[in-house]
Amino acid sequence: MERLVYLDNSATTRPCKTAVDYINRALTQNWGNPSSLHGLGISAEAEVTAAREEIAKKISARPDEIIFTGGGTEANNTAVMSAAGGRYKKVITTAVEHPSVLQTVKRLENVGFEVVRIGCDGRGVIDLKELESALCGEAALVSIMLVNNELGSIQPVADAVRLVRKLSPNALFHCDAVQAFGKIPINVKSLGVDMLSASAHKIHGPKGVGFLYCKKGIKLNPLITGGGQERGLRSGTESVPLIAGFSGAVKELPDIKAQENEIRNINLYARKILGDSGFIDINSPEDACPYILNISVTGYRSETVLHFLESKNIFVSSGSACAKGEASYVLSAVGLPAKRIDSALRLSFSRENTREDIELLYAALSEAVKKLRRSKL
Amino acid sequence: MKEIILIKNGELALKGLNRSNFEDILIKNIKRRLKDLGKIEVRKAQSAIYIEPRDEQFDFEEALERVSLIFGIAAFSRACVCEKDFDDIVKKSTDYLKNTMESVKTFKVEAKRADKSFPLKSPEICRELGGELIDAYPHLKVDVHNPDVVVYCEIRDFAAYVRAEQIPGAGGLPVGTAGRASILISGGIDSPVAAWTMAKRGLKLNAIHFASPPYTSLRAEMKVKTLLSKVARYSGTVNLAIVPFTEIQDKIAEHCPEDYFTLIMRRMMMRISERLAEKSGSAALITGESLGQVASQTLPALVTTDSVVKMPVLRPLIGMDKEEIVRIARNIDTFETSILPYEDCCTVFTPKHPKTRPTLANCEAAERNLQIDALVEKAVNETQYTYIE
Repeated sequence: MERLVYLDNSATTRPCKTAVDYINRALTQNWGNPSSLHGLGISAEAEVTAAREEIAKKISARPDEIIFTGGGTEANNTAVMSAAGGRYKKVITTAVEHPSVLQTVKRLENVGFEVVRIGCDGRGVIDLKELESALCGEAALVSIMLVNNELGSIQPVADAVRLVRKLSPNALFHCDAVQAFGKIPINVKSLGVDMLSASAHKIHGPKGVGFLYCKKGIKLNPLITGGGQERGLRSGTESVPLIAGFSGAVKELPDIKAQENEIRNINLYARKILGDSGFIDINSPEDACPYILNISVTGYRSETVLHFLESKNIFVSSGSACAKGEASYVLSAVGLPAKRIDSALRLSFSRENTREDIELLYAALSEAVKKLRRSKL
Repeated sequence: MKEIILIKNGELALKGLNRSNFEDILIKNIKRRLKDLGKIEVRKAQSAIYIEPRDEQFDFEEALERVSLIFGIAAFSRACVCEKDFDDIVKKSTDYLKNTMESVKTFKVEAKRADKSFPLKSPEICRELGGELIDAYPHLKVDVHNPDVVVYCEIRDFAAYVRAEQIPGAGGLPVGTAGRASILISGGIDSPVAAWTMAKRGLKLNAIHFASPPYTSLRAEMKVKTLLSKVARYSGTVNLAIVPFTEIQDKIAEHCPEDYFTLIMRRMMMRISERLAEKSGSAALITGESLGQVASQTLPALVTTDSVVKMPVLRPLIGMDKEEIVRIARNIDTFETSILPYEDCCTVFTPKHPKTRPTLANCEAAERNLQIDALVEKAVNETQYTYIE
């Protein structure tokens, strides 16, 4: 078998050693209930406290502003649903958010909220003018992602926050940073957001844990009520092992800027050799987050190419859901032609990737277009 | 209180001298399907089958659920086992029928006395037991014409049984009594329904699936396995043959006119299927085709696909509308799986304008440049088998 070339790191990443070690420690040594008064409880609580500090530091937040959740989806759900129950019945978001935001917004729409979904340009970046006109009349919530999960496009979140503060001062601002946390520098103070979501398994941590940053003083409606853990915002006994694993993953993160540059080199290399091949179109904009590179082997169905690559032990993600399913709404939103959407593949990198991975990918794709039949679409 | 499952085997009673053979197969099927639930004893007496748990841990509810899916059973019921003593019958049945009796207003009792040594005659049993039940549940009234519920009391050689409602069974004939046939299964809505329909008429099933990686994914194969495991709840285990088909599709695309692609592909599938069916002892092929549903299912198209095989091709859905097929698919719980959106091998190479009125001569001319025998031989040799429970 050829060596494993894993280029699907935006789907999930391989858990790193520190994460696994921390999980193991929490399961075998500090397995108490953090709420217990006795020593076992205290050592478990210490795991959670240490994790909270470690993670808060990464986004320049205070530890008590971090609420651990069961993952990015739950963090997004909590943030969006927090808009319900307030005075204002309007939510502004974008057409290219992750389904965990879009579907939750849809639920609010179904109960009478006015929803505005801002479109984007050919780079997948939202139009601030459109946001500005959407902000006539007070909104309850504005939710805009930092890095798009399909294209890597980076949204002008800080600018958007400033606009919102000026035109709709009572609105809460939420940012889905699941594809950004640990990959590009995030400072919640300079971004100015009220809430921000992240997930552990996208940065070599375990699945099933994430956090919602919630600025001090912001009042939220919890989704899950019970014993009052996480400041009452997320009840249920803390998943100490997963939270510890999250912390381990954050601890093992290299310098974010330096790592981003390394990934950028891989990304640029891929753009060069794939872009020059003559049979591959690059869909991600040049200024996208370098961890994601969306391409189209135009004329060949994503799924077919994906399975061909799989037979070479190379793993990528299909840009569109499936030939029979719905075409990707993100790629449609940036106005890509149907043929390119149907052929889209998402490459997503991590610190484990090398230039050699790109070379193997390129060789396999060259073989694919020789061997596979073109789709009739 | 001891409970049994009492089975009435419908059509079996009609089968004259073969009946005992059919019953034996049904009993074998029942035993096999309940095997992992614990020890049981199965016996037959006058067109009824008695399943008696012999295990404290026996999961009775699960057993009822499974029995409801076994073909060859017209109706079944749960019954309470009593001693052949009228006082015991009264005592146990008032207790056993509590929930039923409290939920109805009218009832009647029917009795059957197979053991003629029992002191009360059938009409006496009805009268006496009816009276006792009214004493126990004073709100009840007897209605012999249109009762809410009928209570049956049977006095058998080995024990007495009291039961209330009968539950309709899956009907049909015991799987295996009609022989063996092979279903061509793609992963769509139709083929699992066709498989179920023919298993219902007593056929033991084999399955054949054509896989075209990388045009089809492992998930499509897993989907077929999931579908078959749902069918297997009715039909018993299915031996699945997975045929590698990519090369054949490539060769057809290379050597044959595009508008004949689907037809030639179907013809290749039939040829391979017949070979595999012969190998596995199947006497027929089964497909989920429904007349006119798609281009390859028009009458002229079916003529061209049928002409490459000698074996009969059973098409139980041929005269059914899509809605009727979907209704069955929902009933047998295959629908949700069938609509999962994975490519199956029929959709990848689909021509833009497939021939709907092909002639056999044109079809044969269209596949002239194909190394048919060699391709069939290779596909048959490279087929992989797996058992689906």
